[in-house]
Amino acid sequence: MLTRLREGTPDAADEGRTGAASADGLAVRGAPIRAGGVGHSFGDLRVIQRVDLEVEAGEVLAVVGPSGCGKTTLLELVAGLRPPDAGTVTVGGHSQAAARLERCAYMPQRDLLLPWLSAVDNAGLALRIAGIPRNDARARAGEHFERLGLAGFESSRPEQLSGGMRQRVAFLRTLMAGRPVLLLDEPFASLDAITRAEMQSWLADVLGPDRHTVVLVTHDVEEALYLSDRVLVLGSRPAAVADLIEVDAPRAPDRDSAVTSPEFMELKQRALRSLAEAAR
Amino acid sequence: MSAVRRYLAPIAVIVLLLGVWEIAAQWHWISNALNIQDFLVPAPSDIATSLWRDRSLLADDSWVTLREVLLGFLCALVAGLVFAVVLHLSDTLRRAFYPLLVASQAIPPVAIAPILVVWFGFGLGPKLLLIALVCFFPVTVNTLDGLRAVDPQLITMMRTLGASRIQILARVELPSALPFFFSGTKIAIAIAVIGALFAEWAGAGSGLGHEVLISSSQLLTARMFAAITLLGVMAIVLFGLVALVERRVVTWDRREVTRA
Repeated sequence: MLTRLREGTPDAADEGRTGAASADGLAVRGAPIRAGGVGHSFGDLRVIQRVDLEVEAGEVLAVVGPSGCGKTTLLELVAGLRPPDAGTVTVGGHSQAAARLERCAYMPQRDLLLPWLSAVDNAGLALRIAGIPRNDARARAGEHFERLGLAGFESSRPEQLSGGMRQRVAFLRTLMAGRPVLLLDEPFASLDAITRAEMQSWLADVLGPDRHTVVLVTHDVEEALYLSDRVLVLGSRPAAVADLIEVDAPRAPDRDSAVTSPEFMELKQRALRSLAEAAR
Repeated sequence: MSAVRRYLAPIAVIVLLLGVWEIAAQWHWISNALNIQDFLVPAPSDIATSLWRDRSLLADDSWVTLREVLLGFLCALVAGLVFAVVLHLSDTLRRAFYPLLVASQAIPPVAIAPILVVWFGFGLGPKLLLIALVCFFPVTVNTLDGLRAVDPQLITMMRTLGASRIQILARVELPSALPFFFSGTKIAIAIAVIGALFAEWAGAGSGLGHEVLISSSQLLTARMFAAITLLGVMAIVLFGLVALVERRVVTWDRREVTRA
């Protein structure tokens, strides 16, 4: 549903290798992801069974599946953090792991903020790694604090931030890496229901005008349908594609009316049915 | 109020023990029980008198020992840190050197102190070597443990942000290892004083350890206890200083970045 907001923007098919040094975080163009017949095992344990994946540049794809079905592993395979046992993965047309890693920004389930750094220094970590001086990194990461609802907390340590704020700092850190692909691994799983709903509408606002390619892994069907253009339903271990749902429900002005619209409920029913069948 | 209450109990215990000791010594309980002469059992007041009367001698000795302890400790700190980082970066070197590291701790310093004096003489060198040797192990092993305890997900996160091996070390592993490094450092500074004592016993012309040895051979028991008191105070003050630096540097909860 987010793509509709991006209508009129030229197709960002050319893959950007913008890198943190040149990016202003959001001015990044997405790169397409292709995965064909990808499989992975941990020893004898087969976690992913022949998964095909096509994510267009600038698209938001949600991946839902039961806990422990290999969703995180799938992200790690895409990012080049793990080599697949079978099949191929390309990001922006590149298949080598190192080249994929350069194009993907990965936001793990836990915020993994460094407790000895302030919020703004955590957010600008990628810039510092790219060799940008501390003050420049602070200024560039700090520019986004207002929009992310973090204004005034620039110099706070992570321990002084709420769970939702920590998650937003972690998201900004991912964004500041300036990569064309965002891989979000259950970013709100650790939050309480109310904060999670707030964060979902916040992320929808952020991703709306944005042109990153996004793969969002979640076990929350509602979150998946609300935030994405398409939802990939995975069956339980070994993970295989159970369903692929186009989200074409009209966009409501706010999250609460969006997730309660009849079209949305229909899609949610279908997704839940697919999940239940896949689990059988 | 809480600060007073915190220190009240330990101070009361110490005062009580000193009081019992004073009475037992003054009233000849200890010397009678051990069947020895009175002057061999100094009361705390005798030790205090000796601390004041021999102050210039004891101050010189303290300075000598303090210098040995600080220099040896600093050598061990630098060497331990470098060694820990090198062993952390190379699995092969870690496997090769770890047994040797443990063995270095298994050798009692009392046993090697005399041979160090035979080889290197009575100067500062063999004393620094012995102190550094006893301090090296806790610093190295604790720092190495800290470097290895970093949450692997943090490393992955750094990799996805484009960090090199050295950047991961500098920005994540070394800061997370700091609390472990300080644990080792606190052990090291406390045993550095013991190391200095052994080093001086093996051969020295001055220092508090030397003073303990000389005073005991001359039956100057009050001065001997005075020197022992100063050694204890030195160890406690140095430990406190390291703990103070730790509290200034490590301002976060170490559990946040290490494996649960």
